[in-house]
Amino acid sequence: MAQNREFFYRRLHSLLGVIPVGLFLVQHLVVNHFATRGPEAFNRAAHFMENLPFRYFLEIFVIFLPLLFHAIYGLYIAFTAQNNVSRYSYFRNWMFMLQRLSGVITLIFVTWHVWETRVQAAFGAKVNYDMMANIVDNPFMLAFYIVGIVSTVFHFANGLWSFFVSWGITVTPRSQQISTYVTMGIFVALSIVGIRAILAFV
Amino acid sequence: MSENKTVRIIVTRQDRPDSPPYEEEFVIPYRPNMNVISALMEIRRNPVNAKGEKTTPVVWEMNCLEEVCGACSMVINGKARQSCTALIDQLEQPIRLEPMRTFPVIRDLQVDRSRMFDSLKKVKAWIPIDGTYDLGPGPRMPERKRQWAYELSKCMTCGVCLEACPNVNSKSNFIGPAPLSQVRLFNAHPTGAMHKAERLEAIMGDGGLANCGNSQNCVQSCPKGIPLTTSIAALNRAATIQMFRNFFGSDEV
Ligand code: HEM
Ligand code: SF4
Ligand code: FES
Repeated sequence: MAQNREFFYRRLHSLLGVIPVGLFLVQHLVVNHFATRGPEAFNRAAHFMENLPFRYFLEIFVIFLPLLFHAIYGLYIAFTAQNNVSRYSYFRNWMFMLQRLSGVITLIFVTWHVWETRVQAAFGAKVNYDMMANIVDNPFMLAFYIVGIVSTVFHFANGLWSFFVSWGITVTPRSQQISTYVTMGIFVALSIVGIRAILAFV
Repeated sequence: MSENKTVRIIVTRQDRPDSPPYEEEFVIPYRPNMNVISALMEIRRNPVNAKGEKTTPVVWEMNCLEEVCGACSMVINGKARQSCTALIDQLEQPIRLEPMRTFPVIRDLQVDRSRMFDSLKKVKAWIPIDGTYDLGPGPRMPERKRQWAYELSKCMTCGVCLEACPNVNSKSNFIGPAPLSQVRLFNAHPTGAMHKAERLEAIMGDGGLANCGNSQNCVQSCPKGIPLTTSIAALNRAATIQMFRNFFGSDEV
């Protein structure tokens, strides 16, 4: 690797976590939430997304490649940390550890989820309400999905907090404290959206 | 009654930089107002372990004995701190003493903190004023700025913040909080600011500022109460601006 690229990679990693991957996550959860209004509403919303122009271009450049970079570099970051919450059990140190743990859980969940939906679609399966309903018919899979959703949403919300620090937006302890409240509010709100959506398929 | 009171101490020892560590327990007589250093001195005076065997005295470093030099830092009951201000009466027994293993161990509790001094050189943690003629008095610093900059100047390079940081370890080349905060200090100085970009470039290199993962253990652990995480966030802002200057161009040095 070339010298002195680390700063650039880190900042890119941070940026991609929010734009576009984080924005996509929010959009995805909102579309899924249509399932709470019944199968038709969900199918219409999903269909609309499916028929966006330049779909493959968007999927590759707005979702797949940014997520791939963030995930691979994120794994590298996660495994270069030596967590020490047992010695230093401060709130932010726990969040630091959970950010890495949730990243790994999210990676496992997202890989499985993409395999089960998008990859199967490429093989000819139909992506619609029934597909998800069949998946979460299995209580184990439902639990897996709930854990995956909560983990992803936590990772995004707490990631927003560190994003604001990484770019020098929240500098004072006070602004970082308020940012904790706001991002944890986002965590709770998006968790509700996500869990309501997945339960609508049961 | 009090004559029979004792203090139990378990020291993680190591004979040579490359030999394996081992634990040795000591039971020493209690005296009022003891600190970890006076307890270690007692072991040095009479190097006999809890089993009654004669052993070598425990090696550690110290200098000022008033928490300004940073030399006596070690891990006491799981947390890195200065042993000169660690009072026996306030510690749970047995007291566990370990070296700060983030640094290479020289012997017993003595570690080699050279990497921190190398880092200070790397980030140019000084203000260059040498010349061939008298440059005269420098520009004045606003009092309000002087006040917060003074807080940053209290760093004694003790290494506690590096020991507490989960991102400073053998798998990473992260420079750690202390030298980063020094960049903020010297960039805040009106004369030091003439080399602002150079210092920022140094910490925008590999193992620099961007490796901070915001566990914020440093600010919780610093014995001098230095606002390390505020410094890091402020440097993140400065680095963001510097990054745009470098890419798009700027007349600022
Ligand atoms: C839905 C997918 C994901 C989203 C929306 C997301 C979002 C974010 C955001 C916004 C940040 C904060 C960036 C910063 O600290 O400046 C972040 C950090 C991080 N992400 Fe992700 N991420 C996702 C998936 C992953 C995956 C799959 C991994 C792999 C393990 C991962 C690992 C990490 C790590 C280790 C950090 C901490 C970086 C640091 O503190 O320097 N992320 N993520
Ligand atoms: S910043 Fe604080 S903890 Fe870190 S080396 Fe300086 S005095 Fe020690
Ligand atoms: S001996 Fe100087 S800080 Fe303890």
